Amino acid sequence: MSLGFTLNRVTLLHANGQCALKDISLQAKPGEKIAIIGPSGAGKTSLLNMLATALRPTQGSATIGEQAVWSLGKKDLRKLRARIGMVHQQAPVPPKQRVVTAVLAGKLGQWSSTRALLSLLYPLDIAGAWEVLEQLEISDRIFNRCDELSGGQLQRVGVARVLYQSPDLILADEPVSAMDPTLSDTTIASLHRAATARGVTFVASLHAVDIALKWFDRIVGVKSGEIAFDCTPDEVSPERLLDLYASESNVIPVQGVTDVSNIQNGIAPTRSRSCGV
Amino acid sequence: MCQTFRMALHPLDQGPVESSEMQQPVRRDPAARHRLTSLVLALLIIWPLLRIAQFDPAVIFEANNLEVFGNFLKQFFPPQTSQDFLLLLLKAVIETLAMATAGIALAVVLAVPLGLLLSHSLSISRLGPGPGRRLGQGIRTIARLLLLFLRGIPEIVWALLLVRVFGLGPAAGVLALAITYSGMLGKVYSEILEASDTRPARALLLAGSGRGMAFLYGLLPGTAQELTSYTIYRWECAVRASVIMGFVGAGGLGQLMDQSMKMLNGSEVSSIVIVFLILVLMADAISFFCRKLLA
Repeated sequence: MSLGFTLNRVTLLHANGQCALKDISLQAKPGEKIAIIGPSGAGKTSLLNMLATALRPTQGSATIGEQAVWSLGKKDLRKLRARIGMVHQQAPVPPKQRVVTAVLAGKLGQWSSTRALLSLLYPLDIAGAWEVLEQLEISDRIFNRCDELSGGQLQRVGVARVLYQSPDLILADEPVSAMDPTLSDTTIASLHRAATARGVTFVASLHAVDIALKWFDRIVGVKSGEIAFDCTPDEVSPERLLDLYASESNVIPVQGVTDVSNIQNGIAPTRSRSCGV
Repeated sequence: MCQTFRMALHPLDQGPVESSEMQQPVRRDPAARHRLTSLVLALLIIWPLLRIAQFDPAVIFEANNLEVFGNFLKQFFPPQTSQDFLLLLLKAVIETLAMATAGIALAVVLAVPLGLLLSHSLSISRLGPGPGRRLGQGIRTIARLLLLFLRGIPEIVWALLLVRVFGLGPAAGVLALAITYSGMLGKVYSEILEASDTRPARALLLAGSGRGMAFLYGLLPGTAQELTSYTIYRWECAVRASVIMGFVGAGGLGQLMDQSMKMLNGSEVSSIVIVFLILVLMADAISFFCRKLLA
């Protein structure tokens, strides 16, 4: 069952006193696909980490599914975490681990300890790991060690792990930052496909505006810890983007998947799917 | 400031700059005074400590002492190689190795859970922070104190106590080693886990994995080499420690050495010392082999 979420007037202060999120409210129905864009340091990662239950709001409340995250007991919180899959900016896999083990680790939250132990001796679901790796076009690397992969391949192993976890809420923190344009597109496509197939909520922070506009139903612009805009891709105007990235430069960051002039003209690239919100 | 820096870099430029800007050239290392102070301070602290420890190198060179010492050393050559003694030595080596290995094995069994418990990178309640944080911190404090207690009392003290319980023989030594070394291993294990890349384990905990599996899938691959090499180093230390414990009756090479020493039998002592060196060399080789295997 897909997980929606509600962040209600959430403020996040880091231990060093820096305010990462200021009084943010954000709500998603189950199955929505949301891109979070904004300059670096705007709070995109903090926002995702909060949804990943890695950070607890200093003020305000976070609800995932129907559950207020931080009033859950240990067991329930662990069960909830097993249903949330996060693609990290850098794939968090030990360099000496084999790809197959790194992918199978995605289901540790669901497996019994016995199964997990046995799988260390002999990978128990090679077929399952192969299937997700095949979607990302790296199935030939299944028995390689992770330190034998390139940055982009490693990133896809991270994505494969989350696909294998098949969570009810997919989060992705800059999932394609280490990839070239074509690869970025296919990788986002497979996450998108996985989310669509199971009707799962999908939230990704992206640095490339064109990818966001191409694949997502809803674009949330974040700027210095606050939500600058929250609208459909069609409503994202060049003025809004220029304003969003004003602190960084006067160029809108793109990955080059689609023609940039479309964005400059204020027209979102044509999308195959209608807005499912 | 900038000027000073430039002059320090180009000593040849000093002349004209000095005359035009009326500034003193920097010829002295500004850190020198600080270093000198540290050195003097260190000597001031160490000297009285050496006096208290009755360290007086002159004693060695007193004629009387030199003679006794020299005679003892002379007997070192040649080492004792009679068959009777070699058999005795072999038995003692096996006993020592058995004591050290059994002791370390027991210590690892105790140290692994304590080390994992102590390691912050495997704490689920720190994520967020979430529920059970207080309890987690309490348990960690207790584990920390337990480790402190275990390693705080030297193995020789435990051996002296346990020899009274188990009687003369290696059993007391094994237990003494297990107790002290579990404390050391547990502490260092947790530090190694802490110092490694903790993101893989954290990501697994965030995906609902338990502590044990987060360790096996997330932390162990990156730390196995270091954990193994430290454990083998401790085994090497245990071999040496078991020798010392032999002096209080816990069997093995130490007991043999004690007897030879008391009889001032230098040739036997030198044989035993050679065996020591071989054992340490062997430990080193095993460590090297294991590291290579895990690399």
